[in-house]
Amino acid sequence: MYAIIAGAGKVGRNLARELIGKGHEVTLIESSRPRYLTIEEEYEHAVQYGDATELWVLERAGIQRADLVIAVTGDDEDNILVCQVAKEKYLCDRIIARVNNPRNHDTFRLLGIQPAVSATDLILRLIEHEVPRYGLVHLLALEEERLEIIELEVTPDAPTVGERVADIALPEGSLVISVLRGGSGFVPKADTVIEAGDEVLLVLDSGLEEAITEFFAPNGHHSAI
Amino acid sequence: MFVLIVGAGRVGSALAKSALAAGHEVSVLDADPLSHERLDAGQSMSWEEANGQFTVGTALETDALIQAGIERADVFIASTAGDNTNLVIAQIAQKRFGVEKSIVRVMDPARAEWYGAQGLQTISPTKHAIEMFERALEPEAA
Repeated sequence: MYAIIAGAGKVGRNLARELIGKGHEVTLIESSRPRYLTIEEEYEHAVQYGDATELWVLERAGIQRADLVIAVTGDDEDNILVCQVAKEKYLCDRIIARVNNPRNHDTFRLLGIQPAVSATDLILRLIEHEVPRYGLVHLLALEEERLEIIELEVTPDAPTVGERVADIALPEGSLVISVLRGGSGFVPKADTVIEAGDEVLLVLDSGLEEAITEFFAPNGHHSAI
Repeated sequence: MFVLIVGAGRVGSALAKSALAAGHEVSVLDADPLSHERLDAGQSMSWEEANGQFTVGTALETDALIQAGIERADVFIASTAGDNTNLVIAQIAQKRFGVEKSIVRVMDPARAEWYGAQGLQTISPTKHAIEMFERALEPEAA
């Protein structure tokens, strides 16, 4: 695979090192001359000096044959532009953009720059995992597909305690896919009875989190974070 | 017409003044509060007295654009110092706020040409300068 990485900061450099280590071909593009000279010692021909938002710089790096373009500069507009021309002008199949300011996430989405990764959002998600709100943990979000996999701990006052899975009228677009109990997990059958303290895994359409919480942890959101 | 100009540098501020004088409603957005001085310079009354609008804010922040009146803008002009900023905010104006006419200053002629073909109205001062230099170099017609 041939990957072009715009921006040779900490993220870009480490990504390049990992990808090269896995046997991929990589070109890093860096627009700061001093930084370019410093890292050229390690990366040699795998780093080029230039502004990756300039078309000729991308063409010099061989964007026409790139399988993947990753824009990880410290500037969101630059990351959007690099990915936009890679995708729409050079028809590169796969792009990945870094979002520096999480408030710009909507703009990346508006302009079709996906996936867009924000360190702040990732850390927030980890915090959520460690300190669950509503007693609900997001395990996986498939944004394009608008699906999520979540985990909930069943509270003793939940209306579903003692109910058979088949008898629980969950909202359309949600499904219990696994139950973790006593240190092991299993896929529930229709006659599996939910117990307090179970951890249930559900797949659901985005936006159903609150409705689902009512079924398994109705007072979870009162617990202090 | 309601004209929203983002970036009150030499180009943006001069354009704002002439558009206001031409009878348009003009709102200017710039991240630097000092850029307001360019709008007052050489005028008999202040920008606000002349019914101009000025907002301090970053154009990439939707709130600032809304505060500057983007929702009722007929024309959006992106004239900040950064090509990439201009190209991104002009697309936001077009795609999120449905502004009919979105005009962008793009210094780089190559990007100006490609984005021009994608439906943005781009103006490249660099391209014009090159053409004028080329004309100036031509031998005088006999």
